Amino acid sequence: MILTVQKVNKWFGEEPARTYALREVSFGVDFGEMLYIVGPSGSGKTTLLSVISGILRPNSGSVTVEGKDIWTLDTDALADFRLHGVGFVFQDYHLFPRLTTVENVAVPLILRRVPWEEGLQKSRKILEIVGLSGKGELPPQKLSGGEQQRVAIARAIVAEPDLLIFDEPTASLDGDTGRKILEFVKNHILNDRRAIIVVTHDDRIYEYASRIIHMEDGRITDHTGAGQ
Amino acid sequence: MSGLLRLALKLLLSDRGKFVTLVIGITFSVFLMMLMTSMFFGIIEHSAANIINVGAKMWVMDPDVQTPQNSIPMPDYVLDAVRSIPGVEYAMPLYIGAGLVRLDNGTYQAATVVGLDDATLFGRPTLIKGNILDIYRNDAFIVVKDPSYAKLDSPKVGTTFEINDHRGIIAGIGRVSVGSLFGLPTLYTTYTRATQDLPSTRYLTSFILVQPKSDKDIPVIEAQAKKIGYLALTDKEFIARNDSFYEFQTALGTNILIMTLISFIVGLSIAGETFYMFVLDNLERFGALKAIGAKSSELVQMILFQSLVVGFLGFGLGVLLSSALVAFGKLRIPNYAAVITYQNLFMALVMVLIISVVSAYIGIRKVIRIDPFDVFRG
Repeated sequence: MILTVQKVNKWFGEEPARTYALREVSFGVDFGEMLYIVGPSGSGKTTLLSVISGILRPNSGSVTVEGKDIWTLDTDALADFRLHGVGFVFQDYHLFPRLTTVENVAVPLILRRVPWEEGLQKSRKILEIVGLSGKGELPPQKLSGGEQQRVAIARAIVAEPDLLIFDEPTASLDGDTGRKILEFVKNHILNDRRAIIVVTHDDRIYEYASRIIHMEDGRITDHTGAGQ
Repeated sequence: MSGLLRLALKLLLSDRGKFVTLVIGITFSVFLMMLMTSMFFGIIEHSAANIINVGAKMWVMDPDVQTPQNSIPMPDYVLDAVRSIPGVEYAMPLYIGAGLVRLDNGTYQAATVVGLDDATLFGRPTLIKGNILDIYRNDAFIVVKDPSYAKLDSPKVGTTFEINDHRGIIAGIGRVSVGSLFGLPTLYTTYTRATQDLPSTRYLTSFILVQPKSDKDIPVIEAQAKKIGYLALTDKEFIARNDSFYEFQTALGTNILIMTLISFIVGLSIAGETFYMFVLDNLERFGALKAIGAKSSELVQMILFQSLVVGFLGFGLGVLLSSALVAFGKLRIPNYAAVITYQNLFMALVMVLIISVVSAYIGIRKVIRIDPFDVFRG
């Protein structure tokens, strides 16, 4: 098990105006698994994603990644955990428009103090894997939406984290491109030493999930298997 | 350079509009600060020209004297009294006054006349033409070749002129290290001739120049001079007294200080505002970096580095521009009193560092407060 979430609660504000974003959420993710977290807007998907990736501290419960309870770590150690243990693909990609594509991919390596040229070299190889060889020197805004998504994926995997987190990966893509991206992720990025958690409400890509967790009002309402 | 700083530099350079605005803002501010302070230091230095050029170790004067330009003549017995102070190696009189020179073309030109002790000629300028002994010839004067030299029609050795209705002849041409403040040509002659030829008050001695036997004797000489009602100062103390007069008893120091502060505020405003806009534009990216795993301290490093890069660039360009203008001014304007010293370079550097750090701080406050959770919320 790479990730175990136990009885996590998260609320905002104080009583009596307290709003619960997560209520007693528990689940686990195995290596080699692509887990989808789905549900309507406001169901707590993004909050859950932030809690398990070490960004948003829960009010109670625990999040254990590879045997370590991440919420016992201090701020700097949490930053280290995110840098070394998690790869992020944000909904809006958050690429640096003024860096080249290959420099964008190298950002996590630069933060890990990998020498600049070495980082770029490795990033070029990763761009080849995601099918963008030859586009490394272009700025990201010269790429299509699908290509930008691939750059974001390349940035997420360049430092070889065990846990990948995708936030609404198809929100800015047409249906066909979205399916292609997820198919690519399942076939080329997912492996036995890695798990991927995808937050989405795009039911067109459910077929690529190993397992799906349904959320509503901050609770897990259902678990379903692939393609169900 | 570490990858992190290289990344910071790329982010900074790639936003050309803001980068150029930042550099121009700081350059302009440094340019103004350097000009203001160099003018100030130049005026102060030129105002102390006589102290520097004469080069005496100690000066005795009336206690009300503030600058070498405004002496209050002392009676002759003061010279004897000073000579009798224990610790005085030797002492000699110095006359500084103004004379009116009538040029060959019939026009008049005011000049500073320095009368040197007849026996020693202590404080004489370095001669570049003529023989120093010719100063003892009838009506002889040595003219200083400085930017005001041309005001006397650039006289040569042997040129005759009239000064206060007395005949004068140029016996030599000399040079001094610092030109005078008010742009008057300077003539050197003997003490006797100066006090004879120039209309004067009852008392004649402007200053008494003293050479103490050793530095230990300086306090004794100062105390003894005070006892007889006069003020003895070392050359450094006299320069400080002169500086203090121009800084605090004229509006000069205050005005220059106000202008320098305004230049600083202009630079700070432009740099602070632009840098804040730069950080705001990149806020999402800084948030993404934080989410990916950048520590707040690393983001602080990046922002501080960016602000220091523009600060040092602006400082370099500002110094270059102001130096070029001062050099041009010195070439084209006689007696242009501006001088760039280590002091005003250091002052401008400190102000630029303050501008950089304050600008960075404004951005850092914003970046530190970014919640990476916002990156997910979009």
